[in-house]
Amino acid sequence: MTSAIAVAGLRKSYGDHAVLDGVDLDVPRGTVLALLGSNGAGKTTVVRILSTLLRADGGTATVNGFDVAGQPEQVRGSISLTGQFAAVDQVLTGRENLVLMARLRHLDDAGRVAGDLLTRFDLTDAADRRVATYSGGMRRRLDIAMSLVGDPPVLFLDEPTTGLDPQSRTAVWATVRELAGSGTTVLLTTQYLDEAEQLADRIAILHRGRIIVEGTLAELRRLLPPATVEHVEKQSTLEEVFLAVVGSGGQAGR
Amino acid sequence: MSAGHAVRDTRRLVGRSLRHVLRSPDTIITTAVTPIAMLLLFVYVLGGAIDVGGAEYVTYLLPGILLITVASGVAYTAFRLFTDVSTGIVERFRSMAIARSALLWGHVVTSVVANLVSVVLVVLVALLMGFRSGAGVLAWLAVAGILVLFTLALTWLAVVPGLTATTVDGVSGFSYPLVFLPFVSSAFVPTESMPGPVRWFAEHQPVTSIVDALRALLTEQPVGSAGWTAVAWCLGLLVVAYVWAVRTYRRTVS
Repeated sequence: MTSAIAVAGLRKSYGDHAVLDGVDLDVPRGTVLALLGSNGAGKTTVVRILSTLLRADGGTATVNGFDVAGQPEQVRGSISLTGQFAAVDQVLTGRENLVLMARLRHLDDAGRVAGDLLTRFDLTDAADRRVATYSGGMRRRLDIAMSLVGDPPVLFLDEPTTGLDPQSRTAVWATVRELAGSGTTVLLTTQYLDEAEQLADRIAILHRGRIIVEGTLAELRRLLPPATVEHVEKQSTLEEVFLAVVGSGGQAGR
Repeated sequence: MSAGHAVRDTRRLVGRSLRHVLRSPDTIITTAVTPIAMLLLFVYVLGGAIDVGGAEYVTYLLPGILLITVASGVAYTAFRLFTDVSTGIVERFRSMAIARSALLWGHVVTSVVANLVSVVLVVLVALLMGFRSGAGVLAWLAVAGILVLFTLALTWLAVVPGLTATTVDGVSGFSYPLVFLPFVSSAFVPTESMPGPVRWFAEHQPVTSIVDALRALLTEQPVGSAGWTAVAWCLGLLVVAYVWAVRTYRRTVS
């Protein structure tokens, strides 16, 4: 059992509109997979199904070896979800948010866990202020810190840097790298191609409800004709690969 | 998920939302202010022209005012739940291994506590205005019991807009008819003074039997069948609202 996340033939429709039309994915343990796609491509739907918030219409999905439909309780015990919008309690302080998460994860030393995460995410100074006073970047950092309480083996990050300033974005990237280094499996959705390029071991492109390409950045680059040798050799960026495989018209899968 | 876990998770989430109430005590005060204003208006402005057969009007009026207090107070419960849904906190909790029921019960228990505090404030003001009761401990316990049942029923009813509303206005709007209902009951004037159809409605809607039961308990009169009718209304409303709320919860977030 080397896959942290294994998805086969996943389908989900809303009425006549098939959001997911047979998605296959395999994320080995301890790796970072970036799920790339335009708005409306179904990235969030995949994440919601894998985190047991939504039922699939068909196909199978296992997370940490547990079936999302049959063993949702065990799946929830293995994962953490950071959604598109920072889901933090604004009335509580940063520390209280973390302590609450630690208690809900039934950890014994909630206070210490919270303190460690506050230090790690550079929130110590703001720890005892209400989250309502935090900046967007601080909220996002707290949000991700809350997801790490209890060291879940599998982490879902749904567009973790959307709406962040460049510094906060770099800070989030550093965190994801650190997590990957310590053996956490990360499934990250993003529409920023450089983010995928920076962070992911493997990249999957979701388009019109299917994974149309999946591989390492190097493998994806090989899909394009090799860089022609002119005066300057320039490697194709992931952005060029992306636009080439989805069609440069960039029609979102609606 | 064992019952022990469910109780523990609920306790933690009650702690969380009680903290919300403590940090915005204005919710408790606002809840009490409108009923207190009504109490003043009806006792000192209109009361002189209302004939309730000898009793002090403030004593006659108090039970209905207490129901109005609860009816307006549960709007805050709906609002707190709505905030949790719209900020993604409900999703965060649902993707964790937390008892399913804990989130709703957390809000419901808090609602009962907050509303009882508002009710006590209103009773204190009524005492200043000359309300007196010779009721014994058992009668007061019965009054508290009916008010708790009524609060539970309205709170579960408030869960439905809390989960489904799309705007803040939609959340608070639902409580207006609840606040209005006591006006067409025996809360302000005896139903005998009303014209035929209105009187029929007033005598057959839940507020009248609940008000009559509370009034009889507080004025040491025989409660008669009004007591059982009141309890039956509260329990019936509670069951319907609970089933509706739980079904809505399952439907809206899965």
